[in-house]
Amino acid sequence: MSAKGWPLYEVFIRTRAGLSHRHAGSLHAADDQMALDHARDTYTRRMEGVSLWVVRSDRIIASDPAENAAFFEPAEDKIYRHPTFYEIPDGVENL
Amino acid sequence: MSSKADKQAALLAYVLRLGDNALIIAQRMIERVTNEAELEEELANANFALDYIGQARLFYSYAGKLENKGRSEDDFAFQRDSREYCNFLLLEQPNGHFGDAIVRQVLFESFYVLQLEALTRSSDERLAEIAVRAEKEVRYHLRHAAQWFVRLGDGTEFSHARVAVSLQNYWRFATEFFAADAVDETMRDSFDGPDLKVLEKQWQLDVSELVADASLSLPDTVARVDGGRAGLHSEHFGYLIAEMQHLHRSHPGVTW
Repeated sequence: MSAKGWPLYEVFIRTRAGLSHRHAGSLHAADDQMALDHARDTYTRRMEGVSLWVVRSDRIIASDPAENAAFFEPAEDKIYRHPTFYEIPDGVENL
Repeated sequence: MSSKADKQAALLAYVLRLGDNALIIAQRMIERVTNEAELEEELANANFALDYIGQARLFYSYAGKLENKGRSEDDFAFQRDSREYCNFLLLEQPNGHFGDAIVRQVLFESFYVLQLEALTRSSDERLAEIAVRAEKEVRYHLRHAAQWFVRLGDGTEFSHARVAVSLQNYWRFATEFFAADAVDETMRDSFDGPDLKVLEKQWQLDVSELVADASLSLPDTVARVDGGRAGLHSEHFGYLIAEMQHLHRSHPGVTW
């Protein structure tokens, strides 16, 4: 029953309807069902969410930090890609 | 059991039993705090224990109101003696190992969730309100415990053997859930409360299914266990309430 044998899971919470799931943290669990329960018990004790996703950390395909330059830096000087030239209508909170 | 006073007395006794069950299982779960093998289980157990404390508070507050003698929830929890507690004997048994704790939760909560579900339809409005809230909590506890029960029973040879012994040890205590007395009958007849015969059939079905899922077999029915609701406790109970009541009895009226 040592945690050494339990894989790591990442937890995503949707805080309320209409918003997207956000990464909240990680935990250990023996299987998918247990991971979901643990996520509920660990991360939603104070009404933090209305929906939970869990995924095995080793199933996530992550970008390589060594490739950051090629991956992300070309976007740095392209201000025209930002939608900052629009006026946001009154009453719209999440765009 | 016909006069209004008799009915109210039965309702009060019933609400106190519910409060005592919640408080005593909470106390046993609290004893496990800091002793879980995994951090996530630690949080789950402590959360569930707090759910039960919350339920006990609701039941005791309501009992105080029904009794109308000015007793508070703390008075019911900390100022009574052993014979006045009417919890099921299963709930006061010592904790043992993790498998024991899981088997206890599965046996009791399989019953309790049915009891609460029936109480949501009670004609006593306040009791029905409390049951609506508690039922959701306990349904989740049971889901958690049932998954562990199957995992342990269907797991390794070692876990299977240990949890089979736990089931054998605790099985006899479940007979007490269904031993209807005058209070249960009044609840059924005058307050649209649970019919324990119906609950027993459903409980047998639910538990049999879980036991089969866990690759275990149902123990033979052995001697009946009864007495908790009459305040006749096992020897473990004195130690339990001594610890539970220590602070309140040493410092009467203490708050924080």
